[in-house]
Amino acid sequence: MKLEVPTLASLEAEGKKASVVFWVGCAGSFDDRAKKITKAFVKILNHTNTSFAVLGKEESCSGDPAKRAGNEFLFQMQAIQNITTLDHYGVTKIVTTCPHCFNTLKNEYPELGGHYKVMHHTQFLKSLIKEGSLKVEGGMYKGKRITFHDPCYLGRANKIFEAPRSLIEKLDAELVEMKSCKTNGLCCGAGGAQMFKDAEAGDKEINIKRTEQALDTNPNIIAAACPFCNTMMTDGLKNKKQEHSVKILDVAELIANSNNL
Amino acid sequence: MALFPNLIFLSLLVLGIGLFARNISRIRRNILIGKEVYRSDNKSLRWSHMIRVALGQSKMSTRPLAAFLHLIVYVGFILINIELLEIVLDGLIGSHRLFAPFLGILYNFLIGTFEVFAFLVLISVIVFWTRRNVVRIKRFWKPEMKGWPKRDADFILYFEVVLMLLFLSMNATDSILQDRGVETYINAGSFPISQFLYPLFDGLSDQALIIFERSFWWLHILGILIFLNYLFYSKHLHILLAFPNTFYANLEPEGRFEVDSHIKNEVMLMMHPEKEISENKASPPDKFGANDIFDLKWTQLMNAYSCTECGRCSDVCPANQTGKKLSPRKIMMDTRDRLEEVGKNIDVNKGVFKDDNKKLLNNYINPEELWACTTCNACVDACPIAIDPLSIIMDMRQYLVMEQSAAPQELNSMMGNIENNGAPWPFNNQDRLQWVNE
Repeated sequence: MKLEVPTLASLEAEGKKASVVFWVGCAGSFDDRAKKITKAFVKILNHTNTSFAVLGKEESCSGDPAKRAGNEFLFQMQAIQNITTLDHYGVTKIVTTCPHCFNTLKNEYPELGGHYKVMHHTQFLKSLIKEGSLKVEGGMYKGKRITFHDPCYLGRANKIFEAPRSLIEKLDAELVEMKSCKTNGLCCGAGGAQMFKDAEAGDKEINIKRTEQALDTNPNIIAAACPFCNTMMTDGLKNKKQEHSVKILDVAELIANSNNL
Repeated sequence: MALFPNLIFLSLLVLGIGLFARNISRIRRNILIGKEVYRSDNKSLRWSHMIRVALGQSKMSTRPLAAFLHLIVYVGFILINIELLEIVLDGLIGSHRLFAPFLGILYNFLIGTFEVFAFLVLISVIVFWTRRNVVRIKRFWKPEMKGWPKRDADFILYFEVVLMLLFLSMNATDSILQDRGVETYINAGSFPISQFLYPLFDGLSDQALIIFERSFWWLHILGILIFLNYLFYSKHLHILLAFPNTFYANLEPEGRFEVDSHIKNEVMLMMHPEKEISENKASPPDKFGANDIFDLKWTQLMNAYSCTECGRCSDVCPANQTGKKLSPRKIMMDTRDRLEEVGKNIDVNKGVFKDDNKKLLNNYINPEELWACTTCNACVDACPIAIDPLSIIMDMRQYLVMEQSAAPQELNSMMGNIENNGAPWPFNNQDRLQWVNE
C-alpha cells in the first residue's frame, strides 16, 4: 500500500491546509524500528482519510534530549526554530507518536511562544474511534495477553494512562498490568537523555529490570507507546532470549495490524 | 515559696519556646538564602493541595501499613497536644487538672481518648522501630542512612516511647492518688489504659506516689520542650514544614521542566534580532544552573529541610533500584547538610558567608549521581509531601553542561548532532522523509 504523506510545504503550494500536523520525531524518522511505528500510524491516518501533513525536512529535534541533558540553550534554540516553522504554517493542532516530543511541545513550548493543541497518538486514535471514522475489532489479537508499559512522559508526567489502555481493550485482548504500572510505572531506562549514553555502573540495567516485570505477567505481547521504550524493551527481551516468544508492538501497530492495514 | 514551682515552670517554658523561636528564625533565614521564585499564584488550588496532601496525607496511602501506623501517630500527636494545653496552664497557675471540674464527663471521655491514642502511638512506634531494626526494610539501610541519619531516626522513636510512657505513668499514679482521696488529686474519672500500670505503683505510700506523679509530670513536659528543640537538629521538621512545603509546591504537570527566562532572552535576541525583548531585560545571570545551595530556589531549600528521609523516592528510583549511586533522598540530605554548613558559617562570621572552598557539587553530590537520572519523575511522584529532588538534579546538570561543558562524551556527541543535523543521531536532515518510500 502506498502511503500518502503530504508535507505542509506541498499543501501550502497547492493552497491547502491540513487539520492536524503529524510530528514524526527523530526516532520516528530515522530509527529503523521506530519507522515501522510511524508507518503504521500513517496507514491508519490514510485509512480514515484524516487530513494531515508532516513537516518533513522542516522538522527538527524538539530539543527534549538537549534540555534533559542540561543544555537549556540548545533546547531553546531548537524550540524557537520549530515554533517559527509551525507558526509560519499557522499550525494549531499537532499529533505525535513520541511522548518526549509530546511533553515538550505541550508543556515547554508555550512559554517560548508556541501554543498548540498537542495530542499523543493514543489519544488521537481514541478520538478517531469515538467519532466513528476508525473501527477496531479484536481479530488477530483477540484473547491475547497484552501488558502495557507506561512511558514516563506520557503517564506520570502527563497523567495519560487511560487512552492507550482503552485502545488495547478494543482489541478484545486480555490487558494484564505489571507490578509497577500507571503512576508507579517503572522507567525503561531511556529518559533524561540516557538513550544516548551508557548507564552508570550498577548491578543491573534498568531496561532488563523493566522487561522482567513485563515478563512476569506472562504476556503474548508487550504494548509500548514510545519509540525509545520500544527499543529498550526489545533489547531487554533479547537479553532474556524471549524475542521469539514475546512481541513488542506500539499501540499504533496493534491497531493497524488488527485492521489488516 | 508556694510560687517557686510556677517560676521554674515559667522559665523552662520561656526558654524552650524561645530556643524554638530562634531555631525557626535560623531555618527561615537559611531557606531564604535561596533564589526567589513566585509560588503565591492560584491560592485556592494551593490551599486544597496542602489540605489534601499534608493534612489529609493523601500520598501516604500507596504503602497502606506505613500509612495506617503514621496516621495513628499523627492523630495521636495532635490530640495529645490538647492535653498539653491543660498541662501548661496547670504549670503556670499551679493548679491540678484545671479542666476536670468544668468539663465533667467530657473530661473523662477526653482523658480516655488520649490514653487510648497514647497506647496506639506506643504500639505504632514499636512497630516502626521493628520495621527499621528487626525487619530491616531495605530503604532504611541504604548507604546514605549510615551514622547520624540512622541514629536520628531511632532517637525520634525512643523519644516518642518515653513521652508516651511518662504520660501513662503520670495518669496511673495520679488516679491511684485520686482513689485514695489524697488532697488536690480530684476525681477525674476512669483511666482505661493506665489502670494496667497500677500494680507497679500500688504498694507505694501516698508520699512516694506524689513524688512519682510529680516527677512524671515534670519529665513529660520537659521532654516535650526538649523534643521541640530537637526538631531543629533532626530530620523530623516535616511535622511543621510539610504544610508550607505542600502549599508552595510546584503544581505544574510533572513533565514540564522550568524554561530559563534569562536564556530565553538571549535566544530570542539571537533568533529574532528584529523583535524588541520587553520583559525581563536584565543581564544574563552570573551562572547557569547550580553548583551550590546559593543557586537553588528557596522552595528547593525548604524541600531539603522538610525531608524526613523516609526513602520512598529512592525506593522507586529506577537508577537506585538497579544499583547506581543516585539516590534522590541523598540529594535532599546533601542539600540540607550543605545548607546547614553554610548557615553555621554565616553565624560565626557575623552574618556574612565566608568562602569555604566547598560546594554542593563535588563536595557532596558527584556528577556520577546526577548523570544516572532518567528524569522519570518517580521520586517526585512518590514523595508524600511534594519534595522535588529532580529539579535539583536538573539544575546541577545544567551547571555541568553550560558552565563546565562537562557532560559525558556520548551526550556531547548527541548535542553536537542536534546542533548540526537537527537530530540526536548523525543523520542528514534532508533524509527525514525517506521512511515514506522504504
